[in-house]
Amino acid sequence: MGRYRGEGMDMIKVITGNEAAAYGALLAQPGVVCAYPITPQSRIPEQLSEFHAQGLLKGTFVNVESEMAALGYVTGASMAGVRVFTATSSQGLAWMHEGLHWAAGARLPIVMANVNRPLGAPWNLTCDQIDSLAQRDTGWMQFYCESNQEIMDTVIQAYKISESLSIPSMVCLDGVYLSYLSETVEIPEQAAVDEYLPKYDPSFKLAGGGWKLYDIAPPEQDAHAGDLMRDRYYLHKLESKCVARALECDEEFRTAFGRGYPPVEEYCCENADTVVVMSGSAVGTCRSVIDSMRQQGLSVGMVKIKMFRPFPKELLRTALGEKKKVLVIERDLSPGQCGIFFQELKWALCGSDPFPELYGFVSGLGGADITPRLIEEAIRFSSNSESPNQDVIWLGLASREDQDEYDRNAITIH
Amino acid sequence: MIIVAPPGCAAPSISFPKPSLVYEGRRIDVIHCPFGSAAIIAGGIKSALVARGDTETQVVAWAGDGATFDIGFGGVSAAAERNENIIYVCYDNEAYMNTGNQRSGATPWGAKTATNPPPDQKSENKKDIMWIMMGHYPPYTASATVAYPDDLMTKARKAKEISGFRFFHILTPCIPGWGYRSELTVKISRLAVQTNLFPLYEIEDGTKITINKKPKAKKLEEFVKLQGRFKHLTSHEIKQMQTLVEKRWDRLNRLADLRE
Repeated sequence: MGRYRGEGMDMIKVITGNEAAAYGALLAQPGVVCAYPITPQSRIPEQLSEFHAQGLLKGTFVNVESEMAALGYVTGASMAGVRVFTATSSQGLAWMHEGLHWAAGARLPIVMANVNRPLGAPWNLTCDQIDSLAQRDTGWMQFYCESNQEIMDTVIQAYKISESLSIPSMVCLDGVYLSYLSETVEIPEQAAVDEYLPKYDPSFKLAGGGWKLYDIAPPEQDAHAGDLMRDRYYLHKLESKCVARALECDEEFRTAFGRGYPPVEEYCCENADTVVVMSGSAVGTCRSVIDSMRQQGLSVGMVKIKMFRPFPKELLRTALGEKKKVLVIERDLSPGQCGIFFQELKWALCGSDPFPELYGFVSGLGGADITPRLIEEAIRFSSNSESPNQDVIWLGLASREDQDEYDRNAITIH
Repeated sequence: MIIVAPPGCAAPSISFPKPSLVYEGRRIDVIHCPFGSAAIIAGGIKSALVARGDTETQVVAWAGDGATFDIGFGGVSAAAERNENIIYVCYDNEAYMNTGNQRSGATPWGAKTATNPPPDQKSENKKDIMWIMMGHYPPYTASATVAYPDDLMTKARKAKEISGFRFFHILTPCIPGWGYRSELTVKISRLAVQTNLFPLYEIEDGTKITINKKPKAKKLEEFVKLQGRFKHLTSHEIKQMQTLVEKRWDRLNRLADLRE
């Protein structure tokens, strides 16, 4: 990878998703950056340390001793009023779990990149979205990216959204498929980013001169210290503005840079009876499947969910409410339950009349490829069946089991 | 000054009903943090202050033995290793007292706690946190206790002028936890030093040891017999404790005498 020459150079580079995330952080010029390495994220702290050594990252870069420390360190720094960045994956994100709740409750606009990888047991160092999805109750916004360009752009957008609402953001990128994949990424000029993203200077910050007790950032909330109902009311109110703010920030980004990524994207959905709903890198695969199937005259479309938290309920109801068949194909599983996107979508569509036929496909766990063929099989399956009782349709299972009743009733596509 | 207070006895007592600490005529910011993260959060705050151009404000982690010896141990070690420019104060009442006297890595051998009822009193030795920190070679490490306030204040003033990771280990007796009459706090704290159980000393750069007090040692039994948490100990067990105290005092003195 060539040496980034710095300010004033709007350039195109061929970089991995991890590097794209690091560029996004660099362009936001955070005051404190720290991270702990974990496969498949390690290139992010490495790249940031290189930027720092080259004098491009002007803030403080710290090598901390664990992920819990990484989040704790930027939490402290954020409370003292500087822009921060960290990154992790999988086990590391889980190690931060307590801190995730803390940061959202403390109203800190921390931006973190998470490289999606499953959690053991057993060990798996590839791709799965369960790690970030398992944190959906922490109050963090969550964004899922399809390409390396989107990763970099989303990191930049996330700062704008987070800082305007004092809610932290998680920018998710698929392990291996994006983290290690090289794609062309257009890197904007620092000046253009500075214009889009103003300097972070919150009115509230620890200063060492006043006297206050702080559990959480905005001091007016301390007036209700002990009244958690009140505090959560405020938090929920802030969260209720996130989707609209994300839309605004994306529109402004589009104006400034000529590209954008709405919280929910409809692709070829007009006149489509059947819509596939996906998130992450496999969206790219799905686009080409939709294109080829439409060429064959099939009435199919796709909805990409970019923003998962808060869940863009209204946008999805608008996109999917009148569709006949909605297929969720996702890279995660809440064991004993179903896929999480499926569950959330079902909730979002509740009360729609008519209610679409919903299919919940679980695929690609632990780095299994979600191939064009599998997506086609899923669409074919749905066109030949009614909405099944099973909450999980196993898409891409290697072979079929036949030990017990579950096995016999399971819907599996190989 | 900003104080970072994780869960522990101090957090509620310095922050409720309202923060009331005053330093140089100005009140002090107190921020709470998750249990194991005092050193981490303090480091982050300090880095941010510096990033904002403020190199003056001291950031002080004010943590109990639980947060320091146990759950936050990794964070303390790493902050020392990175030489974070903070003051870390560990006030040690030798158990998780804020939650009702459950045992910690700082609980001494033989003590009864809520999770170590006799005959299962603590059978492991107390971690020697001063020696552990010494192994990180921080600029300044000091022990202190409440019966010697001038000593503590001198050390605090010294620490204030030093840059880098500064660590204090302060023995703070606990009335209900240690089981003694409330008017004996200062006496018990003094006996801890006079028996050589809790030496008062400073370590500079992890190598230069200065022992501040070398008393004519009193018998450990005087310290032990005042406390309910040791009530069940036999005289043989107290003798074992005495032997250990003597060995450690001797080792500390010999190390202090080494010239680098």
